Amino acid sequence: MYVYQDYDRQLLNERVAQFRDQTRRYLDGQLSDDEFLPLRLQNGLYIQRYAPMLRVSVPYGMLNSTQLRTLGHIARTWDKGYAHVSTRQNIQYNWPELENVPDILAELAKVEMHAIQTSGNCIRNVTTDEFAGINAAEVEDPRPWCEIIRQWATFNPEFAYLPRKFKIAVNAVPNEDPALIGVHDIGVQIVHRDGETGFTVLAGGGLGRTPMTGEVIGEFVPWQHLLSYLEAILRVYNKYGNRDNKYKARIKILVKALGAEKFRELTEAEFAELKDGPITLTADEVDRMRGHFSEPAYDGSATDQPAALTEALASSKAFNRWYHTNVHAHRQPGYAAVTLTLKKTGRAPGDITDTEFDAVADLADQYSFGELRTTHQQNIVLGDVRQDQLFALWEALEVLGFATPNLKLLTDIIACPGGDFCSLANAKSIPVAEAIQRHFEDMDYLHDLGPIDLNISGCMNACGHHHIGHIGILGVDKKGREYYQITLGGRGDKTSRIGEKLGPSFEADEVVPVIARLVDLYVEQRQPDELFIDTYERLGIDPFKERAYASHH
Amino acid sequence: MPAIIKDGTIVDDSWQRLTAEQIEQQGLPAEGDLIVPLPVWQAQRDAIAARAGRTAVCLEPGEEPSEIAADLDRLPLVAIDFPAFKDGRGYSYARELRTRYQYTGEVRAVGDVLRDQLFYMHRVGFNAFQIRADRDIEDALNGLKDFSVTYQGDVNDPRPIYRRR
Ligand code: HEM
Ligand code: SF4
Repeated sequence: MYVYQDYDRQLLNERVAQFRDQTRRYLDGQLSDDEFLPLRLQNGLYIQRYAPMLRVSVPYGMLNSTQLRTLGHIARTWDKGYAHVSTRQNIQYNWPELENVPDILAELAKVEMHAIQTSGNCIRNVTTDEFAGINAAEVEDPRPWCEIIRQWATFNPEFAYLPRKFKIAVNAVPNEDPALIGVHDIGVQIVHRDGETGFTVLAGGGLGRTPMTGEVIGEFVPWQHLLSYLEAILRVYNKYGNRDNKYKARIKILVKALGAEKFRELTEAEFAELKDGPITLTADEVDRMRGHFSEPAYDGSATDQPAALTEALASSKAFNRWYHTNVHAHRQPGYAAVTLTLKKTGRAPGDITDTEFDAVADLADQYSFGELRTTHQQNIVLGDVRQDQLFALWEALEVLGFATPNLKLLTDIIACPGGDFCSLANAKSIPVAEAIQRHFEDMDYLHDLGPIDLNISGCMNACGHHHIGHIGILGVDKKGREYYQITLGGRGDKTSRIGEKLGPSFEADEVVPVIARLVDLYVEQRQPDELFIDTYERLGIDPFKERAYASHH
Repeated sequence: MPAIIKDGTIVDDSWQRLTAEQIEQQGLPAEGDLIVPLPVWQAQRDAIAARAGRTAVCLEPGEEPSEIAADLDRLPLVAIDFPAFKDGRGYSYARELRTRYQYTGEVRAVGDVLRDQLFYMHRVGFNAFQIRADRDIEDALNGLKDFSVTYQGDVNDPRPIYRRR
């Protein structure tokens, strides 16, 4: 993990002091609501339906156990005993008091954490694959590049008042998109060419009101020029992004309006000026960053499929099932990555309590070198577990309720806070998630269905990524009543793709039966080993449409 | 005389900023240091320059430095207006004046200019700030000292942190 230097620490302390003073001036009436708004947003502080919401940054999803314990401590001391893992790998608190936020930030700073630029019209937290550094398929570890981008973006003076928020994601896996770079404002794909690292840079993707996937702007940007290229794109966006209408202010609208060709031309002109200037990355800096993400002290004698694992798999059906859904291959022989699913029925997806934070921190120390990762599916990963310890870890997770073997299955739902918390919501999302989880409780059936991504957002802002769910559910308002629109065929797996609308929206109590009918159709029509999404792509939307509305005839 | 922040201290200001309507109604003042809107400058460049007193141009969001690039050597000051502090185009304009056009005159932030933006503004090349009239300029001065650490290079020191270590 990146280890803070003195200057990183100093910067955070100065930030806390700055925000403490801003909060004081706001409470004293020296700053108006309007003036305080962007200041608090750039510190992750929203005002939602009942209370402020504080979004804590988890840079590219990496956490250590000490940080996790602090997150638990904050939940206990200043919130109602729980927090929430977000779809951009951050941690959110739903109930802090504004007066306490400076103290919370000071507590976070002690463990090298912050809420800088987790909201507002600035460059947000950089995200990546939750298996970064351990995924055998990646061309190299993306995290050093993420940290380089994080530092460039942090308090970048030219880009603090952009037309709209700006999200960057980095992916190092060829032919797959685990970081969803296709639906980010900028997506960075790490590629190797003739032994050199470089980047294919996409711009103009995004979800929200007008979902679209990004266009390739830089075909191959050599590693030295990563920041120059990003800075060039940001300059174009800062100057020409729409500032009159916030629904047209994202970079995707600019790229679309200008066309990729023209956008590239403007970017290249800015880039020409920056290229080879002082912003150019040095080999020393890249080496230094790579040094921060060196391998943990793996046991070199550990081997794949040790006897302890084989025996446990043979003797426990429940462990076996969990192993096949929640355990992932690792680049280091003898090790595996484990996903803790925060998706137990009856619990808002992604919620985690103070005591659970502590318990998971202990497990990370015991089994995974004290490090963890958050995922955009709102789960937590222990990245470096010895295969002969998987059974013991599973037993501990069973007790905690984090071993639900539903990863990537229909009940591993991504959902935004929706109408229960969010003042922008058209409809609730958490109760819909719960109703679906209750209906599909039978694990044998779920496993037989195989991977299906189901994502729910309470309004078109798309915090729940509904557009890229194989099944997407969107809350809409019809004459003051909550309705749900369903999309099919979205993807956020091998590739990023926006789903297609099924047709007219449904009332809340129709959602579960409709999902059940869609799934039935898949079961009837699937070919051997065909996944839901593949059957959908083979058949197209029509038969699904017909089945979904069957009872309406 | 009104006060502004310039080069880190509070100083009296000799410049008068007029809108296009004011100039249309009252004509150009015969003397005194004058900040005029870009369209006025473009329409009456030579008449303005012939006055006794210095002239500066004010850029609004959407009016880029390229529009005055050819005039910069006769402009001792360029003002950049922030009608609303949330509109960040002026940050790129100031930076462009300094790095693309190597402009060394005064770059002044005018309009909705407040303490909590000064640190960033200073880094992109503003060296003068006309703080919004209803705010305490002494207090605003503190905004220039928010941080002692920066990651990126900027107009005052182009080296990012990895070239300063
Ligand atoms: C009550 C709190 C929240 C409010 C007021 C809120 C508001 C918004 C708004 C207005 C947008 C659209 C911005 C745009 O399209 O330009 C947005 C997008 C988004 N939000 Fe939230 N949100 C909230 C909570 C959350 C939570 C809890 C999560 C994570 C679980 C989340 C994740 C996202 C994501 C990933 C997007 C991006 C979609 C995109 O790429 O455009 N938000 N949010
Ligand atoms: S999608 Fe809408 S309802 Fe859900 S959290 Fe975002 S803004 Fe709120």
